[in-house]
Amino acid sequence: MKLKPLALEQPLPLAQRPSEHLPGPSDWSFELVERYHRIIKATADRFGLDTYPNQLEIITAEQMMDAYSSVGMPVNYRHWSYGKEFISTEKNYKRGHMGLAYEIVINSNPCISYLMEENTMAMQALVIAHAAYGHNSFFKGNYLFRMWTDAASIIDYLVYAKNYVAACEEKHGLDAVENFIDSCHALSNHGVDRYRRPSRKSLAQELAERIDREAYAQRQVNDLWRTLPRRAEKEGAAPEAKRFPDEPQENLLYFIEKNAPLLEPWQREIVRIVRKVAQYFYPQRQTQVMNEGWATFWHHKLLNTMYDDGFLTDGVMIEWLKSHTNVIYQPPVGHPAYSGINPYALGFAMYTDIVRICEKPDAEDRDWFPDIAGKPWLPVLDHAMRNFKDESFIGQYLSPKLMRDLRLFAIHDDEKQNELEVSAIHDDSGYRRVRESLSRQYDLGSREPNIQVWNVNLRGDRSLTLRHFQHNDRPLHDSGQEVMKHVARLWGFGVHLESTNAKGDVTKRFSVPAPTN
Amino acid sequence: MQHIVDRRLAGKNKSIGNRERFLRRYKDQIREAVKRAIDGRGIRDMQRGEDIHIPKKDLSEPVFGHGSGGVRETVHPGNKDYVRGDRIERPKGGQGSGSGKGQAGDSGEGEDDFVFALSKEEFMQVFFEDLALPHLVRTQLAEVPEYKSHRAGFSNDGTPSNLNVVRSMRGALGRRIALGMGPRRELHELEAQLLECQQALEPGDKVAEATIAELSERITALRARVERIPFLDPIDLRFRNRVRTPVPTSKAVMFCLMDVSGSMDEGRKELSKRFFILLYLFLTRHYEKIDLVFIRHHTQAQEVDEQNFFHARETGGTVVSSALVLMEEIIKARYDPSQWNIYGAQASDGDNWHHDSGRCRELLSEKLLPLVRYFAYVQVAEEEQNLWEEYSHLQAAHRHFAMRKATEASQIYPVFRDLFKKEGAKAA
Repeated sequence: MKLKPLALEQPLPLAQRPSEHLPGPSDWSFELVERYHRIIKATADRFGLDTYPNQLEIITAEQMMDAYSSVGMPVNYRHWSYGKEFISTEKNYKRGHMGLAYEIVINSNPCISYLMEENTMAMQALVIAHAAYGHNSFFKGNYLFRMWTDAASIIDYLVYAKNYVAACEEKHGLDAVENFIDSCHALSNHGVDRYRRPSRKSLAQELAERIDREAYAQRQVNDLWRTLPRRAEKEGAAPEAKRFPDEPQENLLYFIEKNAPLLEPWQREIVRIVRKVAQYFYPQRQTQVMNEGWATFWHHKLLNTMYDDGFLTDGVMIEWLKSHTNVIYQPPVGHPAYSGINPYALGFAMYTDIVRICEKPDAEDRDWFPDIAGKPWLPVLDHAMRNFKDESFIGQYLSPKLMRDLRLFAIHDDEKQNELEVSAIHDDSGYRRVRESLSRQYDLGSREPNIQVWNVNLRGDRSLTLRHFQHNDRPLHDSGQEVMKHVARLWGFGVHLESTNAKGDVTKRFSVPAPTN
Repeated sequence: MQHIVDRRLAGKNKSIGNRERFLRRYKDQIREAVKRAIDGRGIRDMQRGEDIHIPKKDLSEPVFGHGSGGVRETVHPGNKDYVRGDRIERPKGGQGSGSGKGQAGDSGEGEDDFVFALSKEEFMQVFFEDLALPHLVRTQLAEVPEYKSHRAGFSNDGTPSNLNVVRSMRGALGRRIALGMGPRRELHELEAQLLECQQALEPGDKVAEATIAELSERITALRARVERIPFLDPIDLRFRNRVRTPVPTSKAVMFCLMDVSGSMDEGRKELSKRFFILLYLFLTRHYEKIDLVFIRHHTQAQEVDEQNFFHARETGGTVVSSALVLMEEIIKARYDPSQWNIYGAQASDGDNWHHDSGRCRELLSEKLLPLVRYFAYVQVAEEEQNLWEEYSHLQAAHRHFAMRKATEASQIYPVFRDLFKKEGAKAA
């Protein structure tokens, strides 16, 4: 792997001031988009932003809705849930309940950014700076994306997935495939490897290996069917002692793909496809604040620099600033529009705050951030973008000043108490606790229930037991029962789920008998 | 490398496939809603969409998630006057305002039904599902629209067979005149000068001889130049231009035959009307142009307009064959079976002058059935009389003859489906 380019210490100087502003008409044209893009790119280069090559695609509102409803990807396999998504998006859009996002950007190489045809030139400039340079450099630089996603092959893989699912539908019937995908989707959040890095494969390899994999996988599951004893085990060993799997496994779909006894080869392949797609989105779910904040910070920085350099007119500035302001609005708690913390607002504020700490640190900053206070801001920001996820980013960089500015406070909710308690606010005694709570709030592990494959009853009814480890005694939602039906469909035999509290006592069980076909 | 790609024209409606899958999954609910809509709506109101309601819980995609309860700590912005240790009443509704489940609440529609609009086309699609025209053999070029070629001016290129000689020659003449005008004028002038010089020529005048020689030379050059103008040049050619325009060829005529004798009360007419309109709607899906012929009869048949057909009331006996005879006459006069797809739909209460029923059968099997694509008979009364009996024989012998009984509005729709159910499909 090539060495990552060194972050610039200082922005490079401007080559030459333009003699006149770029025109800022409300209607864009290809030629104008091209001109803006050239300037934005030159400006981004001055800051040393390292990106995948960019591909800007102009699309219509309808196409934007299409993209919306297939989780933002340009191709995807067919499934009714995407149709449902499309119908509700379309309905809301047509009735004017919602505006469409101005852009969608795909973590691929080249990086595809969609520009909507309805946007004005100023908005296109904003979108290019935001998506094609902000998000793009994040995709390329952040360690989670580098580790878990393969930008070069994702589009190929989705094409492969789409064709494979279509072929299955033809061969095995729409219903069989659809129901099966339903079940896989129910577990997709629990189909990711959290610690192991997937290998990078091209489409051709993917195809070639599929055949081998199918044959091999089918042989592997036979451990469950073994009837001959594996050489008589020691008589004394209690039958319960030997567990399968040896250790609990967190990737439910992976376990099912490799071990479910009754699945056909094509079903295993579909499990794999759903798993791979979930894995692809896994980093995105963990870097909302960082990713959006980074893109917002950079469109703000780039466009402002361009204005200072004399490229942009006042009109263009006012227009994108208006939309920028809307995006980073954070309604306070209790406000009718309040629905949690706005990742754009928090992320933007944090990066801006890091720059402030670098450039104009005060005593408090020197105390809290001795290693970055007063340092050049570009390398510090680059380091922050590359090596963190939301949880650790907040834990590392949320400053007391920002907590005061946002007036953050933590609420402790214990179901055993009648009232909520304000556990910490933005004051000297509360900074650390607020920061810690907020950081934990972005920990995927605490947002999603921790469910693992616990045991398979090899000697009896081959039932699968999952175990839910409660986080702070938070129980599982009742929809768990429905999900378990899907698990049973995938596993083919009875399935159980035990929900255990901190002490390891099972507090609740969900059981679904083997599906009858 | 940087690209700006215009995708606006490519890949529109990518979600159609997903939408279809969605509709397919909720087919039963949608069918039910369509059925209800048809029962509730006025008949003329049939061709529009319908809102479909599906309970949200039927649509949910369950995932493992945290339920309420346990211990959690959440951080919120915009603290006004809380200090540490303050106690707040738990908000009603059990949710700690935006805690934990960041992903769930984005649809923001609560527990309402999932409502979406079925387009007119989709509505009709559901309505006509599994139906197809019986023995669907269109008279002329079934699916492919027929083209008629007709003249549309002239063009500069074409095949030699389309060459228009007069136009081409006219063009050539004009070109020759235009191109030759200057040189020719000069030629005339020079010739005049030459003549003058020759007349004034005195022997031994070297200068004059030289002039004459020069003039003759120029004249020869000019002549050659005029002669080099081609008589016919490729740019003169004009060809007759022809364009092809599609012409609707799938024409159908639908004959509505109805008994209006005294025994047909409003209710029965209403039933018959539903039957006719449903058939008409069905035909509009398959043909571009549909003619309607309304024949009502009691003891005599007459062709009337739609208004009179449904609303005028007659009394007296019934001779069904009169209508059939009239239908045959009209076909002969106006609807050549080689040009038109002919459909017959007859509604009656089954009452007929008993000597006439045999004749009806004869007329149908020998004269009408060979001419029509399909003939459907609906009896809007329960008791079987001799007409029903006679017609029953026909049904066995002719595949494109169908008959059913319907006594109430809700039976019309199944009758209709039954009549036109897809060949090979199981009866609904």
